Amino acid sequence: MQRIGVFICHCGTNIAGTVDVKAVAEALSHEPGVVFSTDYQYMCSESGQQLMREAIREHKLTAVVVGSCSPRMHEATFRKAAAAEGLNSYMVEIANLREHVSWIHKDMKEATEKAIILGRTAIAKVHLNTPLTAGESPVTKRALVIGGGIAGIQTALDIADAGFEVDIVEKSATIGGKMAQLDKTFPTLDCAACILTPKMVDAAQHEKISIYAYSELESMKGYIGNFKAQIRRKARYVDETKCTGCGICTEKCPMKKAPNEFNMGFDKRGAVYIPFAQAVPKVATIDADYCLMLKNGKCGICSKVCGVGAIDYTQKDEIIEREYGAVVVATGFNPIDAKVYGEYGYGTCPDVVTSLELERLMNAAGPTNGTLLRPSDKAHPHKIVFVQCVGSRCTETDERGKPYCSKICCMYTAKHAMLIREKYPDTEVYVFYIDVRTPGKNFDEFYRRAVEQYGVHYVKGMVGKVTQNGGQLHVQASDLLAGEQLHIDADLVVLATAIEPDKTARSIGTMLTASMDTNDFFTEAHPKLRPVESPTAGIFLSGVCQGPKDIPETVSQASACAAKVIGVLAKDKLLCNPCVAESDELMCNGCSACEKVCPYGAITYADKEFRGPNRTTLVRRVASVNPAVCQGCGACTVACPSGAMDLKGFSNKQIMAEVDAICK
Amino acid sequence: MKFSYFPGCTLKTKGKDLDIFARKSAEALGFALCELADWQCCGAVYPMAKDEIATKLSSVRALVSARDEGQELVTLCSACHNVIKQVNNDMATDADIALRVNNYLGLDTPYNGETTVLHYLEVLRDRIGFDKLKAAVTNPLKGRKIAAYYGCLLLRPSKIMQFDDAENPTILEDFIRAIGAEPVSWGMRNECCGGYIAAEDKAQATKRSNTVMEDAAKNGADTMITACPLCLYNLAKNGGSDLPVVYFTELLAEALGVK
Repeated sequence: MQRIGVFICHCGTNIAGTVDVKAVAEALSHEPGVVFSTDYQYMCSESGQQLMREAIREHKLTAVVVGSCSPRMHEATFRKAAAAEGLNSYMVEIANLREHVSWIHKDMKEATEKAIILGRTAIAKVHLNTPLTAGESPVTKRALVIGGGIAGIQTALDIADAGFEVDIVEKSATIGGKMAQLDKTFPTLDCAACILTPKMVDAAQHEKISIYAYSELESMKGYIGNFKAQIRRKARYVDETKCTGCGICTEKCPMKKAPNEFNMGFDKRGAVYIPFAQAVPKVATIDADYCLMLKNGKCGICSKVCGVGAIDYTQKDEIIEREYGAVVVATGFNPIDAKVYGEYGYGTCPDVVTSLELERLMNAAGPTNGTLLRPSDKAHPHKIVFVQCVGSRCTETDERGKPYCSKICCMYTAKHAMLIREKYPDTEVYVFYIDVRTPGKNFDEFYRRAVEQYGVHYVKGMVGKVTQNGGQLHVQASDLLAGEQLHIDADLVVLATAIEPDKTARSIGTMLTASMDTNDFFTEAHPKLRPVESPTAGIFLSGVCQGPKDIPETVSQASACAAKVIGVLAKDKLLCNPCVAESDELMCNGCSACEKVCPYGAITYADKEFRGPNRTTLVRRVASVNPAVCQGCGACTVACPSGAMDLKGFSNKQIMAEVDAICK
Repeated sequence: MKFSYFPGCTLKTKGKDLDIFARKSAEALGFALCELADWQCCGAVYPMAKDEIATKLSSVRALVSARDEGQELVTLCSACHNVIKQVNNDMATDADIALRVNNYLGLDTPYNGETTVLHYLEVLRDRIGFDKLKAAVTNPLKGRKIAAYYGCLLLRPSKIMQFDDAENPTILEDFIRAIGAEPVSWGMRNECCGGYIAAEDKAQATKRSNTVMEDAAKNGADTMITACPLCLYNLAKNGGSDLPVVYFTELLAEALGVK
């Protein structure tokens, strides 16, 4: 029989205002095993803890029940106090008398009755508690960053600067991500390439950073501190170690029909290409879909002109294995396909472009060398209509779009409008908006400048339809403030398309068993207090993969993420949560039900020898739980049909004892 | 190939051409339109009311007749098509409406939206095939520039009608190509003609129709086709343009040599 002490907290008047705390302490003092029961004004205070410690000493308590606030708040506090008196931390139970009782009830009689029941429940459970000890696991002191955009680069640089090795795995031929495609950045209008490319070079030159570009994560096993990854290094058909990035092959390649992704398909590139002048790593890549040599075995010009013999048509994909202590997801975003909004004419009218396409049309390194020319006839547009919220903030009935605000569009549209008015004052610019959302340092001032100084026409209302009418676009829209229909003959229409997580995010999330929301953004461990960690231990989130963000916010989050990773890598050993599932091998029937429900991939099956009757040996397939991966959610214990799976600290027996106590 | 056929009231009065040429063409293309016995008004605009079942009953009776014949139900008038298809969707997806309608009608076998409703154009596209139609054309309308006018009723609500892409439809253009003419590319093809507002505010309807007609003419159309009697009325009567507006079935019959 346990010797149990009961400590009922007043929480000032938070609990005592609604619950008769003295009556609760009195009632619980008669429960079996309770040798001490008291109440106190602030149990969590220094003197409250002192009171508990003295009682443990004096009454030789073996278990403690605290009736207080939620365990989320002070469980750790009370466990520490008990441990200081030599009690195992897991012999402390909390009855939540604040969030579950006083804050949600008004009637003192009812509330007191409920408080007593919850106290009894905790007592019933603590009778069955057993001391638990946290295990330890070692830490591989290297981090993996998936995605080499500004988020991944920043996280990698910060981790590397702290002295730890980092690998960046990037699926395209160069790191840099979306930011490399941008022209200017709001609100200071500095050139994106000017601030990004030095960071790309820093990452490439850092002795602690290895960049695996043109590579993808193939598989991931393991748990915090001990991940094992397979990385597919896709065949570039160019030896990265030999290629100097001179570009002679890209010039001489006769196959110039591949759409140039970096310029959003506005121009063509060769089958062998370097995405852009500042690419990192600056090596050529052969596009197997277009290369004449790889397709028909005829050509080979690039190989002939290459001075260092870097071209290798026989190259194959290569799988490498690496070990990591922590994994950072920085998979970023893509604009949605604007074609789903047929009413805006994207895809059918060449002069309807997306904002990212406009970035390339205005970029000095873009297809028009920075002169704004419309795609259809390369003429200078004199009237431009911007449509905001294309696919953002959609109601449930609009399945084509996203329910969320994409966050960056208001600011970049203001930027585009301002830059166009600055460079081409003869251009009339309209912006159609639902709301203009510009919180952020110097953001609203920026937007107001577009309106007040640059004379951009902001119209509250949405565009209903864009049609091609000869060489012009006809825009039908509503002006909600004036209450009238507008018909504008425009030369160029720019759609501020919603952003969505990269298509690869879902498969990476599955590989990492990192949870995602319905929009495929990665879920954080706590939306306010743990924003850069995934609920899966050892997986960290950087940038837009977690939710829409602009560049300053992405960089902040990337650095925060690095700090969390460093926190893991700096440890030699990690303490594990002891409240994990455990399988009773003698009862396990090998059905795999637990393995299927485990969201963390903590359960594995193996054939194991057991002693059978008459000195025979039986081989049975049984489950085992990796305690370092298990997060103690308990899903497996419910799924297990034979009752073999149990959760330490929350065993089936303990839960049933609690239910019995409530129903008594 | 046999279909149950619901002509609707307009096709017996003002819109006879739509009906007559459709029947002749069907014969030429080798499919039978079996006019439902004792069909009643589709319900016109009234079945839109969510809380009233009385207005839906006549549509349901047509749907039930087709089911009992074991045939798909073909419509021609855009408005009838829209109404019958929406009522059918209500019967299939809204348990409350289906229950009340079935309770009222007291059918031997309750009706729950089993009948497939097809517009005549869908029969041409999905059951006959535009390639087969092209092969059957004896008098291709070479050199004709036709503007396809969709209006709204065939296309929307797009989730229920499932007729074509509501913003950028192609079925009428494909039809025009199949009969040997050239479809005009223009922007106003699925804009509103003015609809029933013609009865209340003629000026507004005239404005709408003019916008549509002018756009078609500007883009070089010599004829405009539609499947909707109301659109045809508005465009031809209120539009004040010389551009002829005809039912698509008329050109179909012409191309098949049965006009």
